[in-house]
This record gives sequence, structure tokens and C-alpha cells, in this order.
Amino acid sequence: MKTSTKLWIGLLALILLSPLGLILPAWLGGGTAWGEWSAQEIHKLIGYAPSGMTRLAGRWRAPLPDYALNGQDGAGLRTLSLSYIMSAVVGVALVVGITMLIGRLLARREGHHAS
Amino acid sequence: MHIPDGYLGPQTYGAAYAVMAPVWAVASRIVSRTLRSRQAPMLALGAAFTFVIMMFNVPIPGGSSGHAVGAVLVAVLLGPWAACIAVSVALIVQALLFGDGGVTCIGANCLNMAVIMPFVGYAVYRLFAGRSAATSSRRWLGAAIGGYLGLNAAALAAAFEFGVQPMLAHDAAGHALYAPYSLAVAIPAMMLPHLLIFGFAEATVTGMVVAYLQRTDVTLLHGVPAGASKNEAAV
Repeated sequence: MKTSTKLWIGLLALILLSPLGLILPAWLGGGTAWGEWSAQEIHKLIGYAPSGMTRLAGRWRAPLPDYALNGQDGAGLRTLSLSYIMSAVVGVALVVGITMLIGRLLARREGHHAS
Repeated sequence: MHIPDGYLGPQTYGAAYAVMAPVWAVASRIVSRTLRSRQAPMLALGAAFTFVIMMFNVPIPGGSSGHAVGAVLVAVLLGPWAACIAVSVALIVQALLFGDGGVTCIGANCLNMAVIMPFVGYAVYRLFAGRSAATSSRRWLGAAIGGYLGLNAAALAAAFEFGVQPMLAHDAAGHALYAPYSLAVAIPAMMLPHLLIFGFAEATVTGMVVAYLQRTDVTLLHGVPAGASKNEAAV
């Protein structure tokens, strides 16, 4: 088997294992990364929500917030894990598609030397 | 390390976009000169790898978490400019589709993780690898140390961007408008977990994949000629 084929299989395995990145923090009590708190979380931390932050934070509504479907905030780990894998599939498909396109546009064709 | 919307004021995120625009232009030019069309799938694989590896949150004591990025690995395989493009694509998809990192902060997050990280890591790797054979253990070791230092350089840049916000903008009551913590708080809070934990996660991932490729197909490493067989490279 070609090494690149093995690497793609490795990527697929990582996609399927990705819920570990959700489950381990949930089990071991790992919360939000430093500096990535929501406006409510930061209100609890410092006693107020910075006004510029609340103004900017609500502007963009991501279609799959935090690698889950909208409104899955309180859902169980099983549901969230499925959404996580689905998000990984969607994200990888998009990233691969966009990068392939950029790569094809930029890449030098073999045997066709740049002028 | 994905700075969300609202943590950086317009001066900071605007400046980061202003820095990134010419960097992306130069990266495109350089990659168009150096990337062979057979490497386009590797570029896509690299971008996809960084996207997925960033989903593996590692919990740490104190109720926080973080993750590896993979930018140095891509730089070791395809060069730092190609890594810049690959990681930028992953970060832009994360921000727009998944709200991981702010849309206003795409410039800043790309500056940290798609520029500072791969370039610092790649420089360390080259320094370590020197003129060693493609299969030398100095390569995977250099890649691992590059991963560790590259991730920490990116974390330091993010800490700096967070930490200058209270100086740049506050209201009459002295309340911060954006990220509220000063440099004295932001730098240790960001650096301790990255120096003690996430940096080692990055080093492990980077070193392991490079060591694996050294045994299976060294020609995938950046700068190793496509014609070099495993045996030739081992001389």
C-alpha cells in the first residue's frame, strides 16, 4: 500500500476517534480553554461582560457552533459525540476540497517549466 | 488558542489582517513556484490533519483544556509557506462553520498558528537536522522540538495579543472593552499549560509522524528529492 494511502486511512481513524477530544475533557473536568470563554462565563469570572466583547461576539452565528448542531448545548455525550464526528467529516471534506482547489491552481505542472 | 470574536479590539484584529494579507499573497507566490502538482493532495491531507488534530482537546488540571495544532508537521513535510496556506484554510473553516475562533480574529489566529508556529518550528527543525541524512534521528527529534517550540511561540503571540487589550481600550469606569486580563496575567496563564502539557502533545504528534515517514517514505519530507530511495537516503 502506498504511504499516502496509509496516511489518508490514518486521517479517517482520527476522525472516528475525534470524540475523545470531547469525552476526555468531560470526564476529567477540563473546561473552556483560557481566553475562549463565552460572554456569560467571563461575566462570572470578572463580574462584568466587557461591552466591546458583547458587541462583537454575537455578530457571527456559526452554522455548527462548537462542532455540534444548534441547540445541542445540554445534550448527552453520545449525541454530542455523533455530532462531533459528523462535524469532523463535514470540516475535513470542506478543508480538503478548498485546499485541493488552491493546490491545483497554484501547483506547478510537471514537465511544464515556469517561464 | 483560537481567539474568539470580542477578545481583540479593532486596532489589533485589523492590524493582524493587514499583516496577513501580504503574507498570504507571498505564500501563494512561493507555493506556486515550489509545489509540484503531485503534492496538491498532500497539501490537502496536511490541512485536513491540522483541522482534525485541533479537535482533540486535552484536559488539564484547573478546569481548562487545549490541543496540538500540527502546523510544524505540515511545515516539515511541505515547507513553511505551504504550511501557512494549509493551516489558514483549516482555521478559516473552523471560524466560519464551527465558531472555533472569531471571524474578526481570523487574521490574528492565522498569524499565530499559520505563520509564527510553522516558521519557528521549521527553523528549529532545520537547525537540528542540519546536513544529516534524511533518515537520521536528528530529523524526527528536530521536528519534535520544533513542534514544541513552534506551539509555544504561537501561544506567546496569542498571550501578547490578549494581554495588550486592557492597555488599548477601556471605558470611563476602567472596565476593559475586550479581553480583560493584562500581560502579567495572560502570559503565565497561556504559557504554563503550553510549556508543561500541550507543547509535549505537539512534540509527540510531530516527532512520531516524521519518524514513521522516515521509515516508510522519506521523499515525503520537504527538501528530500523525489528520486531518493530509502536506501540512498540512508547513506
